[in-house]
This record gives sequence, C-alpha cells and structure tokens, in this order.
Amino acid sequence: MLLQQILNGTVSGAIYALFALGFTLIFGVQKLLNLAHGAIFMAGAFIAYYATVQGLPFWFALLLATVSTGVISVIVDFVAFRQLRKAGHAEFAAIVTSIGVDLILMNIAQRVSNTKVLSFPFGTFPVKFYNILGLRTSLLQLTILGLVLVLVLALAYYINRTSFGRQVRAVSSNENASALLGISAPAVYRQTFFIAGALAGLAGVLIGLSFNSIHFMMGEPFLLQAFVVVVIGGLGSLQGAVIAAILIGIIQSLTIAYLSSELSTAIIFALLFVTLLFFPNGLFGRAGNYAGGSRR
Amino acid sequence: MLLDVRNIWVSYKGIQALRDVSLHVNKGEMVALVGSNGAGKSTLLNALSRAVTPQKGQVTFNGRDLGRLAAYQVARQGLLQVPEGRQVLADMSVWENLQLGMLAQGRRPAKYTLEQVYDIFPILQERATQIAGTLSGGQQQMLAIGRALMGAPDILLLDEPSLGLSPLMSDQVFDALIRLNRQGLTILLVEQNAFRALECTQRAYVLDRGKIVIEGASADLMQDQRVIESYLGS
Repeated sequence: MLLQQILNGTVSGAIYALFALGFTLIFGVQKLLNLAHGAIFMAGAFIAYYATVQGLPFWFALLLATVSTGVISVIVDFVAFRQLRKAGHAEFAAIVTSIGVDLILMNIAQRVSNTKVLSFPFGTFPVKFYNILGLRTSLLQLTILGLVLVLVLALAYYINRTSFGRQVRAVSSNENASALLGISAPAVYRQTFFIAGALAGLAGVLIGLSFNSIHFMMGEPFLLQAFVVVVIGGLGSLQGAVIAAILIGIIQSLTIAYLSSELSTAIIFALLFVTLLFFPNGLFGRAGNYAGGSRR
Repeated sequence: MLLDVRNIWVSYKGIQALRDVSLHVNKGEMVALVGSNGAGKSTLLNALSRAVTPQKGQVTFNGRDLGRLAAYQVARQGLLQVPEGRQVLADMSVWENLQLGMLAQGRRPAKYTLEQVYDIFPILQERATQIAGTLSGGQQQMLAIGRALMGAPDILLLDEPSLGLSPLMSDQVFDALIRLNRQGLTILLVEQNAFRALECTQRAYVLDRGKIVIEGASADLMQDQRVIESYLGS
C-alpha cells in the first residue's frame, strides 16, 4: 500500500516536474514570473482533446499540442514581456501582463468548451494494467515515467553540454556581458519560451489523460503548486524543480491515502515554510537567485 | 580607417555623458583613451559596442555604419569589448567562457584558435575546468581578453584592464596586449593609469567631462603641460 502510493505519487510528481521545469527555466533566464504558464498548460490539454475528437491519432495530437503550446508561449513572450524588457525593471509589470494573458487564454477556452468539463474519449490511450512485484501500474503510468525521464535528461544535456545551453546560462547570469560576447538574448528568450511552453503543454495533455478531466481552469492549481515546487527546489534550479516536484507528488499522494484530501494543500504549504526555515534559498538554490534578485 | 566615430552624443542615466565626440582608430594601431573618473570613457566604449545607444552621431566600423545594430550584432562584426570589471561568467568554467567567446566569430574566419589563446595565457589552459568566479582578478582579466580573442576581433576595446590588479599581474596583462598589437591586433585602450596608457600606445585622446579636449601622438601627450598637470601627477 505504501509503495503503491509512492509509485502513484512519483507519476504525478513527474508531470508536475514538466510544468515546473518550464516555469523555473523562464525565471532563471528572465527573472520574471510567467503567470500565464498555467493557461499554456491548459491549452495543451485542449488542443490534444480537440485534435483527438477530430479523429487524429493520439500520438499526433500529443505532438501537435506540444509544438503548439511552445509556439503560444513564444507569442506570450512577444506580447507580454518583450516590450517590458526594452524598458527595463519589468518584474512587477510582467506579473500584471502575464495575468492578462492567462485570463485571455482561459476566456477563449471557456468559450470554446462552453464551460464544460471535457474528457478524452474512452480508449484514447490503451487501458492496460500490470502487476509488477505486487504493485499495480498502468501502461499510461509507465509511459509518463519514461517520457518524463527522457525529457528531463535531454533538457539537462541541452542546458549543460550544448552551445545553446551555455548561451542560456550566460544570459541568465549576466545579460549585458553576454551581449558584448555576441550572444543574442532575443534568440535565447525565444528558445527558452518555446521549451517551457512545450513542456507545460505536454504536462497538460498528460494530466488531462491521467485525471480524465479537461477544463478551462485546470491550469491554475498547477501554477500555484509550481510556485511551491520551484521555491522548495530553489528558484532557477532545474534539478531542484524535478526533485521537489516528485517529492510533492509523493507527499500529496500519501496525504490523500492516509490523512485526507482536504489537508493535502495545507500540508504542502507547511512543507514550503519548513523547507525555507532550513534552506532559505530552497534545496538547490544559490544565494542571490531568489525572487527579489535583480537582473544585472 | 577601421573605426570612425563622428560627433556622437550620449545621454546616460539622465546625464549628458558624451558631447560631440569624434575619434578614429586605424588598422593595426593601439590608441589610448584617458581621462579622470566620470569623464565618460566607459560610456564611450559602450556607445561603440551599442550597449548604450547614442542620441546623435555616426559610428562606422570596417566601412559599415553601426547605426541600427544591437550590441550582440556589433560584437559579431568583430568589434569586441572587454568590459570594466572583466564580467567573466562567474559560475561557468574557463573552457565554457572561452567557447562562448567563439560565438562573436559568427561566419567570419577565426583569428585565434583555442591553442593560440592558451599559448598567450598558459594559465587558462591549466585552469580550463575551474569555475571562472574562483580565479584571481588577474586570471579573470586574462580570461576576459582570451574570450574576446576567440571571437575573432578586428578591434579590441579594453575598459580599465589593470583595475584592481597587482602590479605584477597588470604588467603581465599589458605585456600580452602589447604583443597582440605587434602581431597586428588593433586596440582601443581605456586606462586609469594615464602614464602606463601613453607609454604603450601610439596615439591618445583625452576625455574631460564628456568632450575630447586633447588628442595627438602619445609621446607628445606625455610632454604636454596640461596632461602632466591633470593626469600624470607631479
């Protein structure tokens, strides 16, 4: 029972990690909180849903949702953040503009879905269960775990080992010096927003499929949770986000199983405060990498 | 003429930092820009690099008007600045810093290979895997210069390369710059130590409160009464 809950929690946590990775990536590079990230996640689920009911194969719907949300995210950057960056000191204004984008995307989704809760048609993803060492798991769970593992490793490789990743880290640590080296910050922004949006959209599809529920406000609780994940993991830290997301997934699943589902949010926030008591910069955060840290 | 600056005006943080500044640098020259703190030396380099945008005036580099280019595009044209305070990427390794430097090369042919940069500054090869923020000030300055060389510069702008360095370290940095210039690299040097700057350059400009007040051969400026009184001390 305990191990079963840990497995289920790990799967949820893996999806939270996809969501939080994009959020923390944008924060790390831009020092901006992208509050439209939840709506982009929701858009991923919507796009995959409508593509599936149009009769497209699920793998294609998944791919379409991922690429489209990547593009939407780049557009969000263009509309909500680009002008503010030019003016400098955009931290506060960016919160307002990204809430604006969030609301616009949610309103569109509400209109399109007539405020209804949608769900993928039965059999969209093959329903298969396995018993492994006494643990009950599904093909969907295994697919999610595999997919997230591959994506996290690919992202880690990308950021730490490629020229593009070096440019992302350079712009993130010192944008002015990067420009003098010939690094194009706009190109870095475009690419990080694409990656962040694509990961969020993919997470949206996977959550929509796992909980079998898609609605226009589905992104908001995940956005709030992403804050917790990102602060516990350490703002801007990718490995911190993954570890904190899985930790929160497991704790949530154990709380629901052994205590009560109403308490799970309270417990997660209590965990946030306890973590900050001992690790003021989060588990993997560096001093100066916090939300108030200014852009150089 | 490699770099031709005509009548530029720059306002920075609400202050008229540069007024009608004109200067030029010929290919292969090493030119000094001296002046007291706040005279506008760094602002001038940043205006050339397009880190700040001039209000008026024209900058021509390699025959091309830099008018509408962004800072990163100017760097890719081969006009590279080693900024004040070195600005190495502190949490990345020496090798990663040098690799990033190569981006400015763009589609132009390389001028210095990694091996050549390691030959000029052997310490960078020894410390290749070390995190740049843990290097000494002098080593960081060498890294900042080496990183700019990786970007195939046609001209190198240096902002106070000896700032905060021990005399021994700043000797090493200056020796390297003089050698690079003898091998053909064009250099525009901003330096707080006017004597040192005039000693190693062919020509010089003196900037005072945002205006060029004296210009000429460095050897002549060292004899100039105004320069001696204001910048070379007693």
